[in-house]
Amino acid sequence: MEKVYAGKTVSVDKDGYLTDLSQWNKDIAIEIGKEEGIDEVTDKHFEVLAYLQDQHKKEVALSIRSVGKSGVVDIKQLYELFPKGPLKISSRMAGIPRPKSCI
Amino acid sequence: MKSLVILGAGTAGTMMASHLKKELNKSEWEITIVDQHKTHYYQPGFLFLPFDTYKPEDVKKTIDEFIPKGVKLIREKIDVIDKDSDTVVLEGGKKLKYDILIIATGTKTAPGEVKGILGDYWYKSIFDFYTYEGALALRDKLRVWKGGKLVIHITEMPIKCPVAPLEFAFLADSFFIKKGMRDKVEITYVTPLSAAFTKEKSAATLGYMLKEKGIKIVTDFAIEHADGKNGKIVEYGGEEVPFDLLVTIPTNMGDELMARSGFGDDMNYVPTDKNTLQTKVKENIFAIGDCTNVPASKAGSVAHFQAEILTENILLYIKGKALKPDFDGHANCFIETGHGKALLIDFNYEYEPVEGKFPFPVVGPLSLLRESRLNHWGKLAFRWIYWNMLLPARKLPFVTPKMSKAGKNFN
Repeated sequence: MEKVYAGKTVSVDKDGYLTDLSQWNKDIAIEIGKEEGIDEVTDKHFEVLAYLQDQHKKEVALSIRSVGKSGVVDIKQLYELFPKGPLKISSRMAGIPRPKSCI
Repeated sequence: MKSLVILGAGTAGTMMASHLKKELNKSEWEITIVDQHKTHYYQPGFLFLPFDTYKPEDVKKTIDEFIPKGVKLIREKIDVIDKDSDTVVLEGGKKLKYDILIIATGTKTAPGEVKGILGDYWYKSIFDFYTYEGALALRDKLRVWKGGKLVIHITEMPIKCPVAPLEFAFLADSFFIKKGMRDKVEITYVTPLSAAFTKEKSAATLGYMLKEKGIKIVTDFAIEHADGKNGKIVEYGGEEVPFDLLVTIPTNMGDELMARSGFGDDMNYVPTDKNTLQTKVKENIFAIGDCTNVPASKAGSVAHFQAEILTENILLYIKGKALKPDFDGHANCFIETGHGKALLIDFNYEYEPVEGKFPFPVVGPLSLLRESRLNHWGKLAFRWIYWNMLLPARKLPFVTPKMSKAGKNFN
């Protein structure tokens, strides 16, 4: 499927997650953030998104606990930055897929 | 005499010992395998212990009996790997110099990572079945449990055998139906992921299962602590799930050996090339099975497919030739769905589980991503195959290390 964010057409899956990280840019993150109820996307938000993108590129499985241990942000901060479902929301804003299992 | 050392004599380590014993010239190479334990467990059997489907004797044998003659087995704890001097130091102080090292130390549960799991309620109302002791303690509990809220919970990914928690939920449903007490049990599956079935085809084909079996689901749950006294697990976001009986899959971590040795990620997994299985630590160090950080599932079948490819690459490495990036993440797993049926899934890094037939198109005889009694018998028969064919590195007919697209329905 395709969707337009910040004037750019990107491919997304049925849940609105970008299917191609190379199509991502910061403006897209801001618009997705608005959809998720995050009105202001700060530098700290972008720090977390950059960390998630890096982990994704390294094919490292993500979890709230592992992000909380990353040194970039602790779990309390993570919930403050991305309220209600932080991993779901931050993954979507970062343009990476939701954490998946084998099945 | 050159030295090849394998760390860990579980599934992967034992298979590598069997493969390499056959391939390496015994006048040139001495193979040593190190493991502190005496028992070799058939871990897929732990799922069946709580329900009294398997007896304790069914899931254990000795490590010794599977080590090929001519391979030296050292029963000692490993202290540290000194990669700069190509030496493994054992706890007693003994040093093993190696030309090639294979790390096969697996992954194990770390229940202490979550507050409230260990302690007063551990093995009383809070259990896990990922260990022999845990599975038996849960068995004893289920034998007498009169009902209530059963919560099956995953702490975080990755875990070994990612489907086992779902299998447990399905088997629990059948178990209580058989006992005539299903109406007294409320089963809830709690996952940190966004769904029970996170892959498209699996979700489409199997999504009905939880609902049909009356299993509730709570998703995106990141456990903060367990409260045994008040019978609830609490999420970082504040959500609570009440339980009378909690079956949790704790955080799975690699061996602390990696931390002591100065490599390994924050979960103690070894940074490894996902296609060649050479580690990123040093060119003469390889890794296989659950201990690596490759994005393949942590499963016995994966270790089996890796073993064939790693053996080839070790031989190429010895000859100074380029390694083949042949491991494609292939996994082949049976999934118990209750009432004498099971599914089979066959997938790799690139292709998610799809419907079809395995291993032969049309004739199968096993069905992919569909319940069948034959799949259930396949899962049970697998135990024999594990002890008698996989561990001694006997070739399995018709099953290739790389995933085959034949018989699969990709559209």
